[in-house]
Amino acid sequence: MDVIGRSILRKESQDKVTGRARYTHDHHSNTMLSGKVVISPYGHAKIVKIDTIEARNMPGVKAILAGEEFPLTGEDIRDRPPLAVDKVRYHGEAIALVIADTPGQAKKAADRIKVQYELLPVVHSPTQAFQKDAPMVHERLGEYIKEKHTTPVPGTNIATHIKIRKGNMEKGWTESVTTVEADFSFPPSDHVAMETRCSIAEILPDGTIKIMTSSQAPFMVKQLIAKYFNEDIGKIIVETPFVGGAFGGKASVQLEILAYLGSKAVGGLPVKILNSREEDILMSPCHIGLDAKIKFGADHLGIIKVAEIRYLWDSGAYSDKAIDLTRAGAVDCTGPYNIENLWCDSYCMYTNHPYPAPFRGFSHSELSFAIERTMDLLAQKLQIDPLELRYRNAIMKGHTTPTRVLLNQSNVGDLQKCIVRLKELISWDEGQVKEMNNRLVRVKGISCSWKTSTIDPNAPSGVILTFNRDGSINLMSGVIEIGTGTKTVLAQILAERLKMNVDNIHVKMEVDTQTTPEHWKTVASRGIYMAGRALLEAAEDVINQLREIASIVLRAPKEDLEIADSRVFLRDNPLMGLHFQDICYGYQYPNGNSIGGQIIGTGNFIMRHLTHLDPETGAGKPGPEWTVAAYGVEIEFDRRDFTYQLVKAATVVDIGTVLNKKAALGQVMGAMSMGLAFAGRETFYFDQLGRVLNPQLRTYRPLHYGENPEYLVDFVHTPDLEAPYGARGVGEHGLLGMPGALGNALSVAAGVSLHHLPLIPELIWKTKEAKS
Amino acid sequence: MKSQIIELYVNGDLRTVTVRSADTLLYAIRGKLGLTGAKPGCLNGDCGACTVNVDDWPMKSCLMLAVEAIGKNITTIEGLKKTPIQQAFVDNFAFQCGYCTPGFIMNCHSLIHQHPDADDKTIKEWLGSNICRCTGYAEIEKAVKTVLENQ
Ligand code: FES
Ligand code: FES
Repeated sequence: MDVIGRSILRKESQDKVTGRARYTHDHHSNTMLSGKVVISPYGHAKIVKIDTIEARNMPGVKAILAGEEFPLTGEDIRDRPPLAVDKVRYHGEAIALVIADTPGQAKKAADRIKVQYELLPVVHSPTQAFQKDAPMVHERLGEYIKEKHTTPVPGTNIATHIKIRKGNMEKGWTESVTTVEADFSFPPSDHVAMETRCSIAEILPDGTIKIMTSSQAPFMVKQLIAKYFNEDIGKIIVETPFVGGAFGGKASVQLEILAYLGSKAVGGLPVKILNSREEDILMSPCHIGLDAKIKFGADHLGIIKVAEIRYLWDSGAYSDKAIDLTRAGAVDCTGPYNIENLWCDSYCMYTNHPYPAPFRGFSHSELSFAIERTMDLLAQKLQIDPLELRYRNAIMKGHTTPTRVLLNQSNVGDLQKCIVRLKELISWDEGQVKEMNNRLVRVKGISCSWKTSTIDPNAPSGVILTFNRDGSINLMSGVIEIGTGTKTVLAQILAERLKMNVDNIHVKMEVDTQTTPEHWKTVASRGIYMAGRALLEAAEDVINQLREIASIVLRAPKEDLEIADSRVFLRDNPLMGLHFQDICYGYQYPNGNSIGGQIIGTGNFIMRHLTHLDPETGAGKPGPEWTVAAYGVEIEFDRRDFTYQLVKAATVVDIGTVLNKKAALGQVMGAMSMGLAFAGRETFYFDQLGRVLNPQLRTYRPLHYGENPEYLVDFVHTPDLEAPYGARGVGEHGLLGMPGALGNALSVAAGVSLHHLPLIPELIWKTKEAKS
Repeated sequence: MKSQIIELYVNGDLRTVTVRSADTLLYAIRGKLGLTGAKPGCLNGDCGACTVNVDDWPMKSCLMLAVEAIGKNITTIEGLKKTPIQQAFVDNFAFQCGYCTPGFIMNCHSLIHQHPDADDKTIKEWLGSNICRCTGYAEIEKAVKTVLENQ
């Protein structure tokens, strides 16, 4: 392989280092109006009155939307009004939208809108929401329109309930000699993409709805706006330029709806809504929280015989993507371990918190914290080395997943290999604990993960290839360049397949839903898998057409022709051939006669054999393959004040094949950094009224330069036979094990079992205090 | 609020801009001059995405008023042409989504200029004021150190 694996520079490199790369907010025109959203200051309150009179008379104001009933929105359950009407259900919920000439005017007018509230009791956690006498977040849950496989329980705060039932629980408990049982929890937090969300909408006189948005799912925006508002889907065009980080947070559709409604209110004029950081954190969807209860039974060798698991996912005020997150958490509920007797209830719980979007890892880093801490508790109880315990229980081919998918040599990676490599990488044999002096101690913690991508069974991806007159190729795919470098990797795949110079492949970075073939959503580390397969089909199409016309000109059968270096030539006489430029727009004979025509290659892909889950047992095929990984984190812990430094962090992923070395390393390290921040410091702090107290980057602090550990990353290579060149998804996996590994290291260091995130010194101190 | 016409010296050119006294430098260079390289990330001085250089020092342009920049020498990412730090960012994969990149590069550019022999501590002090959410910072560290070592 020539191009695959090489660290080809990103195609958009020059744009990004010169300030020329344009993101949604960088698109501006003088005619554009500004939208400003008024948000709820409380977690749960009745709206008594919205007074907009003064605001309407402010200079520059064009329209104000408030108190109006628009169609309900939401992906699985239509439970969310675009602007709150009778009551607000979370701090940050949009209740009014002001459209004015300039951002300043819109803001001033928004400040003059007076809303009178009557406070309602707040649901503070999924556990509280689950109790019988909990306040209701949605009184009319039974009346909402919903998807067929979603199971809300009217009269409760349960938005859906996924059941996994496998094996025989009684048998499992009988075979066990030891049990461990523990509870874990953490509140919601945020994605903090550096680009806050921004949407621009305009409705042309002929009814065409044009939306530009910082989204991972422009095709979803189109579908949902058509569905919610009964618009003609063909008249909706969604454009997405570069996206400034997304991490799942931009897969939800929210701001687009407000921009659309805003434009509609001003006769179709273009309206831009740019989230401030505070709005981005509060109003727009967040990162899900979780309350988990885990019980494992194991034999004397540590082989886990049985597991009982309950996940209460914090769906916040609205269910939107939380239903899917609840399902994803259920299908991989055990972590990467083979457990034959299993009972899992995964509930999607309404609370009065901001509602979640997907977050890098889609429920897996969250459940992994609970599972991996439990694994360490089990290891401790049985006095087995924690890495050895994981090795013994590692899931592999021949086993079945919680939803009873039979694993084979292709659809799951090799976790045992990852563990063995991790062991070397973090010098595990030197011991878990190293005393530095009477204050400081260095401790290693480890964890493992697995993940499949629970995407819609009919999710599509398509690719179009066109030629330029010089024989270079334009590659068009609906994958969004959110920072993962997927589009560059697609160019590499094409270059590899056509054996041509990757510089002669031009990639269209922007996506617009009218001219770019659909790629379902740029999520779930599925860009390469799906778009790559579509691309390979399009490449086949191009190869076929090139050979066809060349065979006529060269008077040789198609089968005798080879393709390389932008030429089609005779296998046994490479000198006899044609450059792409001579045939990609047809071939012209010396007398002017022409044959063939412009070559356009197309390809598409749809996942095969995915199914819905059985409602009683969960049985079904939720995703195509499972990527596995092993992790280690080394910290230096101060026993006096419970502070700690991140010294090293390691990840070994079974990636199948590395497509672009540096890009892959960058994905893994970036994900690790995000995972460590999620585990170690990021959370929403709520008060009694359900208000988020830290909606700023000063009080909500992601990792800064120099706070990162030294990264150790390596790969194992078990190819996925269905994927382009065997590559498995890698965008999320660096993150998944970080919370577990950090929690395990700190629990050993502090000598106390830690069950909550974020793992801040105060938590460690409080846990210790409570124990003594 | 009244608008006024001011002159700003940006990327070597004298530019005339109409601003309100409350307009930040970030707002003026993006909205009035179309130099959208500097990004808003927090408008609160917390993220560094809006960093430009003012008289060769890094400045968060969301924290400076446009009128305060009168008479000063402003350089934005658009004013950098083929500098070693830009290439080092490319070669070392020091960005992913690219949103924090102009701010980081402007900060690094000034650092290299002000402290050509910067040690780890100085680099950390300087770059600690910017957030990159995509990379884990290892690549950015490599990029800036490569340039420091090569000069
Ligand atoms: S926008 Fe200026 S520091 Fe964040
Ligand atoms: S590259 Fe995305 S925030 Fe730094």
